[in-house]
Amino acid sequence: MFLINCPYCGERDQQEFKAGGEAHIERPKQPTELSDDEWAEYLFMRKNIKGVQFERWNHAHGCRKWFNMVRDTSNDEIKAIYKMGEKPPAQ
Amino acid sequence: MRNKYSVFSLIKNALSYHENWQRAWKDPAPKKEYDAVIVGGGGHGLATAYYLAKKHNMNNIAVVEKGWIGGGNTGRNTTIIRSNYLWDASAGLYDHALKIWEGLSQELNYNVMFSQRGVMNLAHNLQDVRDLKRRTHANRLNGIDAVYLSTEEVKKFCPIINTSQDIRYPVLGGTLQRRAGTARHDAVAWGYARGADAMGVDIIQNCEVKGIKRNGDSVEGVETTKGFIKTKKVGVVAAGHSSVIANMAGLRLPLESKPLQALVSEPVKPIIDTVVMSNAVHAYVSQSDKGELVIGAGTDDYVSYTQKGSHQIVEGTLNAILELYPIFSRMRMLRQWGGIVDICPDASPILSKTSIKGLYFNCGWGTGGFKATPGSGDLFAHTIANDEPHKLNAAFNLNRFVSGDLVDEHGAAAVAH
Repeated sequence: MFLINCPYCGERDQQEFKAGGEAHIERPKQPTELSDDEWAEYLFMRKNIKGVQFERWNHAHGCRKWFNMVRDTSNDEIKAIYKMGEKPPAQ
Repeated sequence: MRNKYSVFSLIKNALSYHENWQRAWKDPAPKKEYDAVIVGGGGHGLATAYYLAKKHNMNNIAVVEKGWIGGGNTGRNTTIIRSNYLWDASAGLYDHALKIWEGLSQELNYNVMFSQRGVMNLAHNLQDVRDLKRRTHANRLNGIDAVYLSTEEVKKFCPIINTSQDIRYPVLGGTLQRRAGTARHDAVAWGYARGADAMGVDIIQNCEVKGIKRNGDSVEGVETTKGFIKTKKVGVVAAGHSSVIANMAGLRLPLESKPLQALVSEPVKPIIDTVVMSNAVHAYVSQSDKGELVIGAGTDDYVSYTQKGSHQIVEGTLNAILELYPIFSRMRMLRQWGGIVDICPDASPILSKTSIKGLYFNCGWGTGGFKATPGSGDLFAHTIANDEPHKLNAAFNLNRFVSGDLVDEHGAAAVAH
């Protein structure tokens, strides 16, 4: 349990938010061209990092907007929050 | 030579004030090389080592554990054992484990306190009723004992459940597996550790794996905090940290690691003599031999390795417990903790070879791995020794995420995720 600074609403309790998993996984541009291995990679394989990870979050019980977060999964410390479409901060 | 535990050894040691019990396992320094190294000294890892030595004559092997034996998820779970899973592949896997549980204390000469007190799963809406009836039929076709109970039968089997139809999620029925139950989690790890050690397995504690050394597509050894260990076969049984080890080897797994919480109450006199689980309202409860209510809560929905969870998850579970069991309204909770569980997209485990020769993974057990400990160890040992899966774990390969042949057990995995 921690506080999240929604880029649209400000600081709110984490339970207002829904975690959306790993960020910056690009939807394949040519889905029909993909091999089974590439589909598996896109759909299922995850970095699942212990340490600094880039994630998507949704303010589900607030503004319902999606945004990105950089968070250390070993201690739940939030390093950065940035809007969808913005460049991720350099790590 | 390992001394056998018996009533006579108990009396003999009582005479010397229990000061001369033999060590249950040695504390060796790692050798330079082993035939196989198991990463992770929890129940599954120790069981793997035990069956490698016992059934496949691989005695020159080591288990490396970053903490101490049984100090990870083995000591953090809620000890429920059952095999009432939906699909044929899962039924085969989990019932294989349940059959080993039934003779495990005798086999290990170690009392794992396996208690077949039954596990009841409750239905709270019409879809639950349909799903649970379907699962009961599927179980029976696979030779697994399962019966469907009406609301009255649920009440008769566990009288403290509130079966009033006025509550928010009334009990509409349930299933019962009588062969299911609980076991003492620490004893399982200790019993397997003692058994493996007696057959020559080196159990190396406080030894964290820092890297997997590869030569092209084959494994050459593991880098640890106690130095490099050369080996051609590495079996990774690292639960919530499986992805961390996979990343060391340059592999990606379809896993997400999340905190799962549990809690126990103050000890009270016997009040509930079975295990009752409810997927829909997310409450499950049993009572330990010490008298504590053992309660399993849910997972948080974000990736975290912190071994703690959110307060609202516990609160939600306790709300549901109190509605189902008003008698517990004045109980005080004694302890709460979290463990990190590695969850697969289809809620089924992975016991598999990988694209790297000599590297095997046993992971993805998610919220319900304890029940499978003996079967998982047996089948994973078979996979490592023969470099081929046993027919019972063939479906649980890593390639299913490529082929699409998933084993969807979200309905039977009692923790919703």
